[in-house]
Amino acid sequence: MTTTSQDVERARQRGQVSQARLFRLVNRVRELGLLVVLLLIILFVGIQAPRFLSIDNFEQILLSIAILVIVAVGETLVILTRNVDLSVGSMVGVTAFVTAYFFKQLPDVNLLLGILLGCALGLVLGMINGLVVSFGRVPAIVATLGTLYAYRGLVFVFAANTTTQVNASDVPSSYLALATTQIFGIPALILIAAVIAIIVGYYLHASPTGRQLYAIGSNPEAASMIGIRRDWLVFATFAASGLLCGLAGVLWGARFATVDATDATGLELQVIAAVVVGGVNIFGGSGTILGAVLGAIVLGTLQNALNILNISQFWLQAIYGAAILVAVILDAFITRWLQRTILTRRKKA
Amino acid sequence: MKRLKSLLISWEALLVILLLISVVIGSVLSPYFLSGFNFNALTSNTMEIAIMALPMTLIIIAGEIDLSVGSVLGLSSVVLGLLWETGHPMWLAIGVALLVGLIAGCLNGILVTKLALPSLVITIGTLALYRGLAFVVLGDQAVSDFPTSFTNLGFGSIPGTEIPWSFLIFAILVAIFGVVLHVSRWGRQIYAMGNNKEAARFSGINVSRVKLTLFMLSGLIAALAGVIFTARLSSARPDNALGFELYVVTVVLLGGVNIFGGRGSLLGVVLAIFIVAILQNVLGLKNISGDIQSLAIGLLLILSVLGPNVARRIQDVIARRRLVAGSSQQT
Repeated sequence: MTTTSQDVERARQRGQVSQARLFRLVNRVRELGLLVVLLLIILFVGIQAPRFLSIDNFEQILLSIAILVIVAVGETLVILTRNVDLSVGSMVGVTAFVTAYFFKQLPDVNLLLGILLGCALGLVLGMINGLVVSFGRVPAIVATLGTLYAYRGLVFVFAANTTTQVNASDVPSSYLALATTQIFGIPALILIAAVIAIIVGYYLHASPTGRQLYAIGSNPEAASMIGIRRDWLVFATFAASGLLCGLAGVLWGARFATVDATDATGLELQVIAAVVVGGVNIFGGSGTILGAVLGAIVLGTLQNALNILNISQFWLQAIYGAAILVAVILDAFITRWLQRTILTRRKKA
Repeated sequence: MKRLKSLLISWEALLVILLLISVVIGSVLSPYFLSGFNFNALTSNTMEIAIMALPMTLIIIAGEIDLSVGSVLGLSSVVLGLLWETGHPMWLAIGVALLVGLIAGCLNGILVTKLALPSLVITIGTLALYRGLAFVVLGDQAVSDFPTSFTNLGFGSIPGTEIPWSFLIFAILVAIFGVVLHVSRWGRQIYAMGNNKEAARFSGINVSRVKLTLFMLSGLIAALAGVIFTARLSSARPDNALGFELYVVTVVLLGGVNIFGGRGSLLGVVLAIFIVAILQNVLGLKNISGDIQSLAIGLLLILSVLGPNVARRIQDVIARRRLVAGSSQQT
């Protein structure tokens, strides 16, 4: 039997097509797996405590993760480019405190002005991260570990010079209403988070810039070589993360009403747990906003389940840690399996 | 190689100058700064961070990182407290606390070496896990009725001096780690791994085993720091040493250790420990709270990596200009 070069070419193309399909398949499997886990949790807890299954409780879960989702969307952008932003909790803390204090000092000011102030503040903090990482060539983990504490220190400096705590009674009710308003019977907080996730998710999926972020994360050097402006885009993702943290901070102040300098401490671990559990690869290059949102929903459901089953909330942080580890280990195994499958397929072709 | 060496020497020289400047500033700002009592307070306040920085130096030179040290400290402190409170002898409580640290470090090491996962991610996960377990063990309780014979380890000084016991432990550990890193074969292997992992493996170094040992060592030392910390504050709480990883990583990087591995010396790290200790001490003497102090430490961390990077960039630009000027003269 003789094989013509045409046959070889055809076989090769078939191999490539199936490779791409395999990658997509694995992403699907990852998201489907998460859904199965979610269903199992719901089933398990639902049998033990039927009130867990009410619509009210479901809304409660979504409400509890809305702010987390907003921050996780920004973190996803950063992690896709093979970086990480550890300072998100502090950025949310800074903007929540400053925005709440702003409304306390100027109760009659236009609501939009305060929101813009919070977002702008977050943007500036995120841009500082981006500058240090992109143009100062400081590894993201070091830079944002530094700003995690530096920004938190800033809140304490600010609080020491102004007030230790802003109470619900100090701020105008229009600000607090941001968190309680309902549109078509759905809390605005959930809608805001959903809209942001959909817009950014679509943008990542469909726009050239979005695809470039994946390229940077897959292979930073190669991305530079084909003309992607890597430094600028990495800078932009940190800025975006800051901006979203700013918005999250504004909403945080509205939702929790009473704000002090320690607010949102440790949020970074929840955010990273949600993103990583959602299948966003911590080495960059793969993952979706939908996955990150699913990850946040799983964590939120777990937290809610602990509450309903009367298990101590002290388990929560241990669960976040275990979730990060399990997700990362699972991803490593999936990737390895994927590589082996491709290799054997190539040999056959 | 020569340039590399001169760079290292100049970095350490810079640290010595920085140290001298901070001593001068400290004594100008506060009349109590140079007292023996303050020396005692200054050293005992930082000894936990100082001893944890020693294995961290080796780990970062080997091209890895351990962000879970603060959480291991907290977990071992809580285990110690729980065992003491439930009526076990102190030697057993300390022993189990150290064992917990060793196991925690071992888990880090196994995940990093056997599964070939980056230590950065693994230790962020275990940072949350170990701290979470500390809360699971003790909730929001605290154990504080420790015997004086134990708390002396943290409070007390060597009789007749102002040198705290913990400083003695630190000094012994510095000697051991110094020999391991700079004299022993093992130390050369650590540098080789940090410079080029593949080349190290091909030259017959058992990279996995060295790394596993380093992570176990880091866990054990973090647990030892937990014992000292518990003795010094006479309190075992699950949030003990929250955020200490910042301080540990800061002193190591300020000490001139390259974050990507392969370069650095223990001398630089020891100098950096004292610079940070003095900074904290002076801020404390000026009544600046710990939360605001961490603002300074966070900035210091970024600057200790950013500074050399910017300096190198400026050097490059100057060199390029000279080259351009030189070639234009020739033509």
